Formats: sequence, C-alpha cells, structure tokens
Amino acid sequence: MNSEKRGLGFYVLTAFFVLFVLFLYGPLTTIFILSFQGPNGGLTFPMNGSSVHWFKNLLFEQQAVGDFGGAFTRSLLLGLMTMVATVVVSLLAGLAFRRRFLGSGPLFYLTIASLIVPSILISLGIGLAFQVFGLNPAWYSSAFGAHLTWTLPFGLLIMFAVFNRFNPSYEEAARDLGATSWQTFAHVVLPIILPSLVGVGLFGFTLSYDEFARTLMTAGTFNTLPLEIYGMTTNVTTPVLYALGTVTTVFSMAIIVVALIAIAVLRKRRARKVAG
Amino acid sequence: MSTEKSGVRGLPHRETVHPPSLHPSPRRGEGAEALHRNARMTLSRLAPYLQATPLTLILAAFLVLPIATIAMVSFWDYDSIQIFPAFVFTNYEETITSPVTWNTYINTFKYTLIVWALTLLIGFWVAYYLAFHIRSTTMQMLLFLICTIPFLTSNIIRMISWIPFLGRNGLLNQTLMTMGIIDQPLEFLLFSDFSVVLAMVHLYTLFMVTPIFNTLMRIDRALIEAARDAGANGWQILTNVIIPLAKPGIAIGSIFVVTLVMGDFITVRFMSGGQSASVGLMMANQIALLQYPAAAANAVILLIIVLMLVGGILRVVNIRKEL
Repeated sequence: MNSEKRGLGFYVLTAFFVLFVLFLYGPLTTIFILSFQGPNGGLTFPMNGSSVHWFKNLLFEQQAVGDFGGAFTRSLLLGLMTMVATVVVSLLAGLAFRRRFLGSGPLFYLTIASLIVPSILISLGIGLAFQVFGLNPAWYSSAFGAHLTWTLPFGLLIMFAVFNRFNPSYEEAARDLGATSWQTFAHVVLPIILPSLVGVGLFGFTLSYDEFARTLMTAGTFNTLPLEIYGMTTNVTTPVLYALGTVTTVFSMAIIVVALIAIAVLRKRRARKVAG
Repeated sequence: MSTEKSGVRGLPHRETVHPPSLHPSPRRGEGAEALHRNARMTLSRLAPYLQATPLTLILAAFLVLPIATIAMVSFWDYDSIQIFPAFVFTNYEETITSPVTWNTYINTFKYTLIVWALTLLIGFWVAYYLAFHIRSTTMQMLLFLICTIPFLTSNIIRMISWIPFLGRNGLLNQTLMTMGIIDQPLEFLLFSDFSVVLAMVHLYTLFMVTPIFNTLMRIDRALIEAARDAGANGWQILTNVIIPLAKPGIAIGSIFVVTLVMGDFITVRFMSGGQSASVGLMMANQIALLQYPAAAANAVILLIIVLMLVGGILRVVNIRKEL
C-alpha cells in the first residue's frame, strides 16, 4: 500500500478526520476561551474584555453554593485510591488469568458484565445495599467500590492485551538461571510490563476523577467534584462555571500528559538497557 | 507468582529422581526438602486463586450483591416516607402497565438507534482512516491519542461546553445570523432531542473508534493485496474484506454504545433541559422521590433488556477471537 499515490479517498477522509477532531475539541475550546471572560461578561459570546477574574473568583472567594476545594480534595483522594486498587487488583487478576483455574470463565464474564451493566444500576444497587445493611454511604467506601466496578474491567482488559503479547521465554530464562518465582516477577516480568501498568493507573485515576453516574447515589454526605460541578450548573449563572471547567480539564490533561511521558521514558530506558 | 509452566518445566526431572512417595524413609534432610517442595507446589497451584481473589471479592461486593439487592427491593413495598420488606408485584405491574414506561422505552430506543448508527458511521471511518491511510506508526499513535484524550476528561464539562456553542445567543446562532442565513435564533439547537443526540455522539464515539481501530490494525495487509491482485476495486475490498474482518470490533463498540445510551440519564437530563425522557432518567426521578422499589423494578427490566440486546449482538458476531 505504501508505494501507492494518495487517492481522492485520502483527502476526503482527511477532511472528515479533521472535522471529527474539531468536533471533539471545539466545544472544550469555547469554554476555555469564555473562562477568560471580563468581569461583566456573561455565559455566551461576545467576550466582554478579557481577564482572569473568574479564576480568582473560583479560587479565592467563598462561593454562594458549593465547596470547590473540599470536593476537589475528595475527588483527588478517591482517584488515587481507585488508581492504586485498579493497578494492584488488575495486575494480580491478569497474572491469575495466565493459567487455567476453576471459575476463570465465570469470573471473566462477571468482569465484562461489570462493564455493560448501566452505571445508574450500580449506583442504585450499592446505595440500596448500604441502606439495607444499615451502613452510611461515603465517598471512600461505597463510591470507591462503585468506581472500581468501572475501572477494573478496563484494567483487566489492558492486562490481557499485555500478557497476550508477553514472551514467556524471559521468565524461563530467569528460572533456568535459578531465580525464584518472586525474583522472576520482580526483576523480569514487572520491568517489562511497567509502562502498561502506568497506563492502567492513568485509566484508574481519570475514570474515577471524572465519574458522575456511579457516584450519584454512593457519595453520601459530601460531594465529589463532578457532583459539585453538576450542582453548579443549575445554580451558577456566571462564567465561574467555565473557569472551574477549564481548571479541572487542564488538571486532567496534565495528568494524562505526565502519564504518557512516564510511559515513553520507561519504554526508552528499557530499550536502552536491552540495547546496552 | 507467574510460575506458569513450572509444572511442565523444571519440576518433573527433579521429581523423577526423588519421587517423595517412593522414599518412605528418606535420608537426613530430604524429608524437610520434600515437604518444602510440596508446600511450594501447593502454593503454585493455589497462586491463581489467590491472585484472582481481590477481583472476585470486589465484584461480589459491589456488583453481584448490589444487583441482588435491587432484585430483592423490586418486590418490596413503599409509602411516601419509607420502604419496607414485602413480596408484592405491584412495582412491576405499575411499571409495565403504565403508558409512560412504554413511551419512555420507545424514546430511549430511538436515542439508542440514532446514536448507534451515527457513532458507528463516524467511528468506522475515523478508525479506517487511522488504520489504512496513516502510514507511519508514530503518526498513527499520535492521532489515536488525540482521539482518545477527551475520553479521559469529564463528561459533565464536555456537556456544559456545548451551551455557549448551541444556546439561543450561542456561537452557532450568532454566526448564522451574521451570515444572514437565518433571521431569528434557532430554538431547536439546545435543550432538544437534537442536542441530546449530538452530546451523546460527542461523548460515545470514542467507544466505537477504539475497538474498531484495534481490529483494523490486526487485519493482515496481505489479504488486501491479494484482493487487489484478484481484481477487486476499493469498494469491493471494503465490503468483502475489511468490513467482515472488522465485525468483532464493530460488535464490541456497539455493545459499549448501546449499553451506555440505554442507561444514560445525565446527558438526557442536562441536554434536553428536562424536556425529554429516558429509562435512566425515569429511574433517577423515582430515586429522587425515594420510590426505591419502583426504581428497582425499572432497573431489573432495564437490565434484562440490555442483556438481551448484548446477547443479540453476540449472536450476530462472534467476538471471542478478539479477547
């Protein structure tokens, strides 16, 4: 295919792809621009001057509704908890699935079911279960569990993809040289799959940090950030809403970029080690 | 850990030298060693079970148990203040006999069908472009990342971001009016079925792009060469080679989109401004009114329908090869 000249199809599809990317990023760009609205500006264009007024308002002034700082802290902690749990549990389960074990089929289908059961059902079910058992739902217990039902299937599927491509002769070589199972895992398997684990962690964190539907009935008394933002949409009529949107999106993007750089660095370092 | 093949390699030759069972009175030190070896073998056989335990426990506690609770509560009774244990079918009766339920389901199916068709159309061509028209792997991965990054940002923010664009005084209306195409703002752009579908396509197309891209990348390029050598034109290659081979990816993407749209309530509530209905939204409203048993009955029905839809997709396409 590579020797061919670009046909008409290529240009049509390129235009289509560019439109798709514009469609993906265009709306985000508009709220990014509007968050720099002047102090007297409204929720839509035109821009009434430009300022960082709404960012200052968001960060340093008491809001009429909501608790942005607290919600952010809770979402951050919950995201980190979900990230660690997702990496550890998916890795262990991924290792388990490399061998046959009794019940592996049902467990696999259960994991997939976790992906396709509508989130509002998980939310309602966990909320009800806590109520029936007389427990108080909270972001660090019920919402944490609810988020794991969404992040673990992704984590496990990534681990499947990783171990499908994994060459077992590295492990055999380590064993032949007298390494114990633990040494084989820690010094051979882990360094090879580390970049993918960073990817699993990225999924775990960002999916939890942005999750709304599964948190709705499971967060308990205190809101997480997406719930807070949703609450603001009905009460807040100033561009401070866009400022918040911009801040959290920039934060998400920063996490993604850091994770991608970490993956690239880990890969490069390994490649250099293998070559050297 | 990960002593995957220890039973096949390594251990057998050692065992044939000293099969523990054939040495009732081993020399000094051997007993301890055999015991140790036995313990290690048991551990290595147990390892997958231990490794799978956390996942099993989490899914049991936060997936199986909650759904069982929903099933149980769907038979409970309630009044305006509380719910109480009972075994009544009134929740199901009321749900099934109400015309509101049927209309809501019809509306939800309508959204599902339209969003599925649009995401499939857009998702397939985007994936096709990335897989077959981008020649360098680096460029491919870069463009693919550009497509997937929004997936990792907040859905709520992505919905809010349509408001300044589609609103009555939004960018689109302003532009169209300045250009003189319309003389008064289009009302249907925001808070309508149109905006619901638009936002869903915006949120969910990525779920279609990723699995389809994945299958397209695995198609052996030699098959396409062969088809071309045999005289097939571009269209024939697409319909006879690429699409049939892309079916598992299309099926996985469809499962994602169908289940997401069927259960959606937040997009419908937010983008329709409360003017349209969906099954998820109906449930969310019942939950807000503390009518948990009614919501639970609705949830059971929704779950059965979603599982039937997924079963239907799996019947048409075998995705096992993909996993």
